[in-house]
Amino acid sequence: MKGKKSINYIKNEYIGRTLVTICGFLIVLTTLAIIIFICQKGMQSFLDSKLSLGEFLTSDKWSPNNKSYGALVFIAGSTAVSLGAVIISAPIGIAIAIFNNHIAPKFGARFLKPVLELLVGIPSVVYGFLGVVILVPMLRENFGGVGFSLIAGVIVLSIMILPTIASIADDAIRGVSPAYLEASYGLGSTRWQAVSRVVVPAAKTGIMTGVVLGLARAFGEALAVQMVIGNTVKLPDGLYSPTSTLTGILSMDMSNTLNGTAWNNALWTLAMILLLISFLFILIIRVISKKGAQA
Amino acid sequence: MRSSARTVNNIWTGIFYAIAFAVIALLVYLVVEIISRGWGFWDPAFLFGRPSNTMAGGGIGPQLFNSFYLLILSLIISVPLGLGAGIYLAEYAKQGRFLNFVRLCIETMASLPSIVVGLFGLLIFVTLAHWGYTLIGGALVLTILNLPGLTRVCESAIASVPQNVKEASYGLGATKWQTLVKVSLPTAMQEIITGVILSAGRVFGEAAALIYTAGLTTPMLNTAADLSSPVNPFNIFRPAETLAVHIWKLNSEGIVPDAAAIATKSAAVLIVMVLMFNILARLAAKTLDKYNKGTSRKKKVQKSVDSVQKTA
Repeated sequence: MKGKKSINYIKNEYIGRTLVTICGFLIVLTTLAIIIFICQKGMQSFLDSKLSLGEFLTSDKWSPNNKSYGALVFIAGSTAVSLGAVIISAPIGIAIAIFNNHIAPKFGARFLKPVLELLVGIPSVVYGFLGVVILVPMLRENFGGVGFSLIAGVIVLSIMILPTIASIADDAIRGVSPAYLEASYGLGSTRWQAVSRVVVPAAKTGIMTGVVLGLARAFGEALAVQMVIGNTVKLPDGLYSPTSTLTGILSMDMSNTLNGTAWNNALWTLAMILLLISFLFILIIRVISKKGAQA
Repeated sequence: MRSSARTVNNIWTGIFYAIAFAVIALLVYLVVEIISRGWGFWDPAFLFGRPSNTMAGGGIGPQLFNSFYLLILSLIISVPLGLGAGIYLAEYAKQGRFLNFVRLCIETMASLPSIVVGLFGLLIFVTLAHWGYTLIGGALVLTILNLPGLTRVCESAIASVPQNVKEASYGLGATKWQTLVKVSLPTAMQEIITGVILSAGRVFGEAAALIYTAGLTTPMLNTAADLSSPVNPFNIFRPAETLAVHIWKLNSEGIVPDAAAIATKSAAVLIVMVLMFNILARLAAKTLDKYNKGTSRKKKVQKSVDSVQKTA
C-alpha cells in the first residue's frame, strides 16, 4: 500500500515536474539555436566569401552580378521606415492610452480596446494589400511618382504598430498611483495639466518600453512593407521615392540564390543584422525598465 | 490665467476625442473597404474551388484547407509546450539568474522578426533535415512564433490563481502536481483558452515565416491518394501554400488574369476569419466565466433555495 502510494507520488510529482521543466528549457534551447545558426550562416560572408565588414555596412552598392554587396540601402531603408512609423504612431498611441484611462474610460473599454485588438489581428499581408490597392494609388494621384514609396511604408507600418504602443502605454498609465492624480487636482490643476505634467512623466518608463517595442515590430515587419515600398536598391531621395528594407530583400531574393554562393551568404548576413538589431531592442527595453525600477 | 488653463484643457480633451474617433473610423474604413472590395467571397465555387494557374475564375480551396490544417498542426505542437513552459515559470522556476535568462530568451523569441524565424526554418527543416518545403516545417516555425505569447498567457493565468485556493487544496493533502492539475488549471482555463484562440488568429494570417518553410505551391490534392503521397491533403511532408501566402504571391508574381480579384476576396476571407476568431475568443471567455461562477446553473440553485425556504 505504501509502496503503491509512493509510485503514484513519483508519477504525479516528478514526471510532471520534469516535463514542464523540459518545456522551459526548450524555449532557451530554441532561442539559442536560432541565434547560433543564423549568426553562423551570416558570418560566412566574411569567412568564406571574404567580404569586408566595413564595406558591407557602409557601401550603398548592392549588385550581386558585379559581386558588390553593400547593405547600407537596406539598413537605412529599414531604419527610416520604422522611425517614421514610430514618429506617427507614438503620439497617437499615447493619446489613446490617456483617453482610455483619464478621458473616457467606459467608452474606451467598450469601443477602443476591441478596435485595437482587431487591428492587431489583421494579418500583415492584408495591410500590405490594402496599401497596394488604396494607399499607393492615392499617393500616385496626389503626389506624382509611382506611389510605391517610403511614405507608403511608413503609413502602413504606423497603423500596424499602433496597438502595440497603445496597449503598453495604457498599462503604464493605469499603473500610475491615483494619489498622484489627486494630489495634482488638489493643487488646482486642470485634467490636462495633471495628465501632461504628472501622469505621463510618472508612466515614462512603460511608455518608452511600448515605443521601443513598436520600433522593434516595425523593424522586423516583412511583407506589408515589402508590398508597398517599391524595392528599388537605392537610398531614398525623399519621402515619396521608393527604397528597400532588410526584410523586403530577404523575402524576395533568398529563393533566387544557391546555397553557398556569395550572394546567398550576403543575404544571410542581412538576416543576422536583422536578428542582432531586434536583440538590441530587447536589451534597450531591459535597460529602460531597470532604470525605471531604480527611479 | 485660470480661464486660459481651462480653455487649454478643453482643447486637449477635444483633441483626445478626435484621435479616439479617428482610430475607430480607421478600423471601420479598413474593414468596410476590404469586405466591399472582396464582395462575393462566400461563393462556394471560390471558397472551395481549385485554383487555376492561367485562367480566370479559380478558387482558393486548397489554400484555405492548408491554412486550417497548418493552424491545427501548429496548435497541437505549441499548446502543450506553451502550457508546460507557463506552468514551469509560474510554479517551479526559482527566482535567480537562470530564470532571468529564461525570461530574456522568451523576450528575444517574441521579438524575433517572423522572416528571421522563417529563415531559421529554411536552414533547419528544409535544408539540414532535407524535408524540402513541408507542412510540418511550417507548423514548427509557427510554433516558434507562437510559443512566447502562449507561454506568457499560460504563466500569467496560472500565477493569477489565488494563493488561498491552492492552500485549501494543499490542506486537503493534495500534492503540488495534483493541486496544479485539479485546481489551478481549471481556474486558469478561461484565460488560457482565450489566449489560445487569439494566438490562433495571428497564426492564421502569418505569411512571412511560411514563404521559405511551407512553400509557395500546393500539389493537386486528392483525398484518395496514399498518406505518404504528396498529393494526399493530410500528408504533413508536402508543400502547402496558405491563404496569407497566396495573397502575397498573387500580388508579387500573379499571372492569372483575375489575380487582383482573387487577392481581394482572399483578403476578405482572412479578415472575416480574424473577426470570427475574435468573437469566438470573447464567447469562450464569457461561457467559461459563467461556468466558473456557477451562474449557468443559477436557476437550479435558486429553485432549490426556494424549495428549502418553503419547507422551512
